[in-house]
Amino acid sequence: VENVRLLDRLSSRRAVVGTLYLTATHVIFVENGSETRKETWVLHSQISSIEKQATTATGCPLLIRCKNFQVIQLVIPQERDCHDVYISLIRLTRPVKYEELYCFSFNPKLDKEEREQGWKLVDLNEEYNRMGVPNNYWQISDVNRDYGVCDSYPTEVYVPKSATAHIIVGSSKFRSRRRFPALSYYCKGNNASICRSSQPLSGFSARCLEDEQMLQAIRKANPGSDFIYVVDTRPKLNAMANRAAGKGYENEDNYSNIKFQFIGIENIHVMRNSLQKMLEVCELKSPSMSDFLWGLENSGWLKHIKAIMDAGIFIAKAVAEEGVSVLVHCSDGWDRTAQVCSVASLLLDPYYRTMKGFMVLIEKDWVSFGHKFNHRYGNLDGDPKEISPVIDQFIECVWQLMEQFPCAFEFNERFLIHIQHHIYSCQFGNFLCNSQKERRELKIKERTYSLWAHLWKNRADYLNPLYRSDHSQSQGTLHPQIAPCNFLYKFWSGLYNRFEKGLHPRQSVTDYLMAVKEETQQLEEELEVLQERLANLQKSQSGNNKVKSKQQDQSKQFGLYTSNNSLANTPQEYSNDLKSFPSRSPSQGDEDSALILTQDNLKSSDPDLSANSDQESGVEDLSCRSPSGGGCLPSEDSGKDSDEAVFLAG
Amino acid sequence: LLRSSQPLTGHNRRRCPEDEKLLGTILDEGERGFIIDTRSAQAAKQARMSGGGTEPKSFYPQWRRLHRALERGRPLQESFIRLVEACSEPSPSMDRWLGRLESSRWLSHVKAALSTACLAAQCLDREGCKVLVHGAEGTDTTLLVTALAQLILDPSCRSLEGFQGLLEREWIEAGHPFQLRCARSAASHARGKQEAPIFLLFLDCVWQLSRQFPFSLQFGERLLLALFDNAYASAYGTFLCNNERERSLCKVKESTHSLWAWLNQPEERQKYLNPLYSHNPLVIWPSVEPQSIQLWQGLFLRWIRPSQHLDEAWAEIQRLVEGK
Repeated sequence: VENVRLLDRLSSRRAVVGTLYLTATHVIFVENGSETRKETWVLHSQISSIEKQATTATGCPLLIRCKNFQVIQLVIPQERDCHDVYISLIRLTRPVKYEELYCFSFNPKLDKEEREQGWKLVDLNEEYNRMGVPNNYWQISDVNRDYGVCDSYPTEVYVPKSATAHIIVGSSKFRSRRRFPALSYYCKGNNASICRSSQPLSGFSARCLEDEQMLQAIRKANPGSDFIYVVDTRPKLNAMANRAAGKGYENEDNYSNIKFQFIGIENIHVMRNSLQKMLEVCELKSPSMSDFLWGLENSGWLKHIKAIMDAGIFIAKAVAEEGVSVLVHCSDGWDRTAQVCSVASLLLDPYYRTMKGFMVLIEKDWVSFGHKFNHRYGNLDGDPKEISPVIDQFIECVWQLMEQFPCAFEFNERFLIHIQHHIYSCQFGNFLCNSQKERRELKIKERTYSLWAHLWKNRADYLNPLYRSDHSQSQGTLHPQIAPCNFLYKFWSGLYNRFEKGLHPRQSVTDYLMAVKEETQQLEEELEVLQERLANLQKSQSGNNKVKSKQQDQSKQFGLYTSNNSLANTPQEYSNDLKSFPSRSPSQGDEDSALILTQDNLKSSDPDLSANSDQESGVEDLSCRSPSGGGCLPSEDSGKDSDEAVFLAG
Repeated sequence: LLRSSQPLTGHNRRRCPEDEKLLGTILDEGERGFIIDTRSAQAAKQARMSGGGTEPKSFYPQWRRLHRALERGRPLQESFIRLVEACSEPSPSMDRWLGRLESSRWLSHVKAALSTACLAAQCLDREGCKVLVHGAEGTDTTLLVTALAQLILDPSCRSLEGFQGLLEREWIEAGHPFQLRCARSAASHARGKQEAPIFLLFLDCVWQLSRQFPFSLQFGERLLLALFDNAYASAYGTFLCNNERERSLCKVKESTHSLWAWLNQPEERQKYLNPLYSHNPLVIWPSVEPQSIQLWQGLFLRWIRPSQHLDEAWAEIQRLVEGK
């Protein structure tokens, strides 16, 4: 469709005209201006809602909201075209078959072996071995080898030595969705462990010998403690209500040597609504501080994040400080349980704070243990009530921790944002379907590519320059402050306002420091080489003291990371009063053109540029658009002359 | 950029030919200027009842007046106290925290101050117009605006030396009544009428700028905290008294040491420098969206939250930059 306008979300004055394309996998908008021809690509998988708004004199507005928080406002001139686009998008964004998804057609031009290698990058067997199992207390069980016991669990699970197949099967019949207690994390240092399951089908008074034996087995697997904690991550009321439906929670009277604890994290429906409310706040036009803070509070979002974090902290403490094993469950053991187990693991084990370790953590606690990616993130068209930002919350917990402990993580914020992006993008096969069983049936590994390989290839973009493996923050357990600490939770504008460039500092301290680090390293290496050479020369010149002074002529041109700030920007519209006065400043158009998105300054890891320059979503462009009274540009001004955009050379 | 106090128009709409001439000579023929009045239009009008007021359009035809109400005095002090209380309370629920933060309104004041300073800067830089800033007395919100505007516009104010010069000029010499304003701070029960944390508000705004432009200021949070401390209680005479006249009468220069002299010693100075600093010749336009304005944890949670991990991070940054 031609002559479509793409509006700046916050200022209808600034619009670009271009052509809108719909393909099998993307929505693409190409700007008309000859100098830029800027393209905005959005994967259908990313689109969460399309809103057709009332037709005005200028055309028919169409608002596209994405799961990665990008919001695109289009205005299509003809009503008929708008309707067609709308109907098409509705269909395209509600795929019914997995084969419709982008991952089945995405081609990064790798051969079969490279594809396989990519999938092998994260190996859970290796991970359990790293943890220290199997050992005297824990064994690997193949009782679920054909998914006969639990179809949402993996084929291989780790259970206590004294848990026989009979016990496992018996316990599984007493657990919601047959998700019996299994090992999530084992602490070598003191034999304490984190196990996970779903709720027991205890109703008001039902018992199951095998299930009770299972919990005993977990206790016995830790000789250092004579009890285990059983943590129910639901609010007490919800758990009690479940009893009426024949489910519920463990009665301390029936299970010997357990200490039971409710943690009180709300369910997926509450979380979905919470996010919705928070996004509404983000969509406010020129909100006051008051609007923003009240809106944020009303959404309850940060309260939920804190609840998840507190649960993780409780479990980490139990394991690290008390040396007591913990069994965690919620209702079905695939949402809150996953969140809480992975947060606890992250706090306990510095390995999970490395890039590779984090990938392993997600594979273990989310992918292998049957988190319902399809239902939660809408790979395929399904029940809207199943949609919920569960893994997003976990990812945010990690970010909150990164803010509190800047030296503790090997990876940076961009890593987290790109992972979140790809949970929804369906460009890679890692997060498809609802279980390992489904993924194997679909032959995901043979037909799609692994995100981890892609991220690993670009890992230079994801490093945290402040991380040092020998730093105190990257050793041992992390101890976030428990109280008072409400103020430590910040609004993550890097994610929820990701595409509003005006809100973020135009230059990344992270990128600058990474470049400094690299440059220093290069210089050090160069210095070593030269010193060696000098030593050799001095040796070889026995009597003759002529030391040739070697020029550094072969020194490469080190990308000089000057924090040169000659990035043009325009000020936010601080006032409407100035409009009536004749302006003597240069037209705003000049400055904008200086900030063209160029290959140089885009990180190659950016999901907006996949291997074959497939741009799947709104390009993270640095062009400054000055909205009226809207999102703005904390950036250096080019003054009257539109400077060459001197970007930090990547 | 000019500053003054309010014209004493009064309810009789008095005129002063000298004042009109003075403001007239500043502008060229046909040139327009802006007056930014840091009181609301209503408050400015009411000021006439007590002898103050605004510049009537008919007598100052070349000047266009803009009102930007900035909080000052008692309400600002209350806001500060409420925020400090909210921070020190080990509030049990996350729910209340944001509400408390909001009802202190402190961040709204930060937003308003930055917006007004940006407006002044915009008039100067974008419109090429001269700007006169005044409130009532010209000693509080006026200085807040002019000092911030200069930081935004002028890179020389962003060096450590330049910033000291800015403080000397726009706060100390300009007559901000430090002795009255910075008497007892937030925990005082004796709420002095003249007490108000305007200077702290300024420092908070500077901190916001340093966060949004991490490379552009030669100094860091540590300096801002030191200034905050010294404004309230100091071993040095720099922030004593309320104006130059009082300082002269008290013989401050003869009998005390200057804070700047101490800060500028090489070993001390080192501690206050920003390792990421790189001279930025351009104007820095901050974002005043709510998401961009954050609570200055380093100040308000200074004694509440452990700073160890963040200090370690800064040490790491220092190490990396020095290694280069």
